[in-house]
Amino acid sequence: MTQLNITAKTASAPAGGTAGGPATAPFLEVRDLTVKFPTDDGVVSAVNGMDFSLERGQTLGIVGESGSGKSVTSQALMGLLKGTSAQVTGQAMFQGKDLVTLPESAMRPLRGRNIGMIFQDPLSALHPFYTVGHQIAEAYLVHNKASKKQARAAAVDMLGRVGIPSPEQRYDEYPHHFSGGMRQRAMIAMALICEPELLIADEPTTALDVTVQAQILDLMSELQEETNSALILITHDLGVVAEVCDNVLVMYGGQCVESGPVDQIFYDTRHPYTLGLLNSMPTLNSASTRLNPIPGQPPSLLDLPKGCIFSARCQYTELAGDGICASQRPELRVEDGHGKRCHLSGPQIITIRNSR
Amino acid sequence: MMTFILRRTGSLVLLLAAVSFITFTLFQLGPSDPAAAACGQECTPERVAEARVALGMDQPFFVQYADYIRGLFSSRMIGAPGAQTLCEWPCLGKSFQTNENVADIIGRSLPYTFSMAIGALVLWTITGVGLGLLAALRKGSPVDKFIVGAASVGVSLPIPVTGLFLLLLFVNQLHLLPFTTNEISSPFGPQGPGAWVANYLLPWIALAVLFSASYIRVTRTNMIETFGEDFIRTARAKGLAPRTVTFKHGVRAGITPVVTMLGMDIGLLLGGAVLTEQIFSVPGLGFTAVHAAISGDLPVTMAITMLAAFFVIVANVVVDLAYAAIDPRVRLQ
Repeated sequence: MTQLNITAKTASAPAGGTAGGPATAPFLEVRDLTVKFPTDDGVVSAVNGMDFSLERGQTLGIVGESGSGKSVTSQALMGLLKGTSAQVTGQAMFQGKDLVTLPESAMRPLRGRNIGMIFQDPLSALHPFYTVGHQIAEAYLVHNKASKKQARAAAVDMLGRVGIPSPEQRYDEYPHHFSGGMRQRAMIAMALICEPELLIADEPTTALDVTVQAQILDLMSELQEETNSALILITHDLGVVAEVCDNVLVMYGGQCVESGPVDQIFYDTRHPYTLGLLNSMPTLNSASTRLNPIPGQPPSLLDLPKGCIFSARCQYTELAGDGICASQRPELRVEDGHGKRCHLSGPQIITIRNSR
Repeated sequence: MMTFILRRTGSLVLLLAAVSFITFTLFQLGPSDPAAAACGQECTPERVAEARVALGMDQPFFVQYADYIRGLFSSRMIGAPGAQTLCEWPCLGKSFQTNENVADIIGRSLPYTFSMAIGALVLWTITGVGLGLLAALRKGSPVDKFIVGAASVGVSLPIPVTGLFLLLLFVNQLHLLPFTTNEISSPFGPQGPGAWVANYLLPWIALAVLFSASYIRVTRTNMIETFGEDFIRTARAKGLAPRTVTFKHGVRAGITPVVTMLGMDIGLLLGGAVLTEQIFSVPGLGFTAVHAAISGDLPVTMAITMLAAFFVIVANVVVDLAYAAIDPRVRLQ
């Protein structure tokens, strides 16, 4: 069954870079993705020109604090903002289709089948009135011509694959019978039952306790390897990023401020915001008992500053000189696959890094 | 489940006992004198005293009450010594006014009340839930604003206003419907279901206008809240059709408060819709109760009060059962 699914999908997606080769277009390519929400108080600029691409088998981590536009980005990709007041512009090419302009009717067959999504809080994301198994089988039935019996078998199989013991019995239980970790496993089973090529996980471990977090991350990596899918992992947890991501994209105020391979983000950090994030992480071996937060508040998305979005909280604006940080918004400059949106030069950043 | 039903039956009995006792006491303390009322205009004190004995009102309070309760379980004799008549089980006493068995009076009035309640119920549930859902789906649109506006108007229209207006318009002016008659009390009568509908349509509409207004508001609020839930987003993310998302995932979760309201309202309405029955001259329980209360007809008032309480309590139990059927997190114990 698995084999058949993949062939069918590949055939229907001529432009999709299924092998991830360099000659073809990227598997997922997002260009200038912008999301605005008109509200009574004005227009909220939640996402302001996101660019990134992703290949199959890769994991991209999107990191940022609350309100930085991580979740909105994922919902825009899923087309979940269609039919709402949100204004989504830009481009998101996936299998030769632009997810931004694709009408809802054409988007719906992709959801669940080609793009799967795992949500943050599995208790509220699962329907309280239906059995876990029914909800998973339902996801299978939307996209597969199958009998209820086959759907049940597929769901039971999937529950087993995500590590739920005695899946045949667990199938008929309700979400409130499951523990937090089990619920998230069920959520993963639901997202993966149609073997989507792209999986978006929106803070999948945030609602779980630490020991379970590691299990869930391992499981996701394992399943990703099995199906060679692309994974977008949205999180505010740098530890999670370090563990599973190939590439990282740091978001602030709805913009990408730094992006690159995971090692470079951690060990060759090039943006003051990322530095601040890393610095604010508690370490076991540090003598200091206090955390080092980034002072200040994120900017209001109703009224973004004209210059660098991070300038109000940045300690190094004088280094750039001429008040350029406050007057001019920096472009995202990419060198060797490592992008940063900052007026400071490379050597200046290195000096800052070493002074910490 | 079994314990649940047993416990609820127990509380039902206790509540009915309390309701009957309170009603009985109120009547004893009340200003009306049933004996004088039963004996008529030209009445000598001797004849009032005779009537008292005939009605059993010469007995001490607790004896009267005990006699009454005994009648609920077996047939008993009623009347002055020497002139007693049999009151067959279930004996709810005999009317002070007409000496008719109260059970017969209730049996006669009930079909009218049922007829009125059932149609109104169907009508307001469909319009209330339907319009509320539509408003929720089109939140913020002119459609939504119109529905919410109409609901505010509907809820502030008293039954006498809507009732008289409907009668004036459809019966007096347009001649589309006949005046309500007390000859039709069920759709299975000789006149057939068509005449039944025509007869009760106006009271149904009058009740539905009043009730659906609150159903629209409750449905709308709850559905808007439910459509914002995470599990709705999950349902969409699975690629389900909008209709499946709305009904299977949305409505089922958002409808529970409406079920509660519905249960309460059915219970209330089955006890008799006093105003509506008056306006449309439908001799149902409400109509009968008002007349009995005015003329101090204790047995009839008692019986209808207890019946109304019974309906409300049973409706409560049904709501609890429905809740458990809808929401698996609710465990009956």
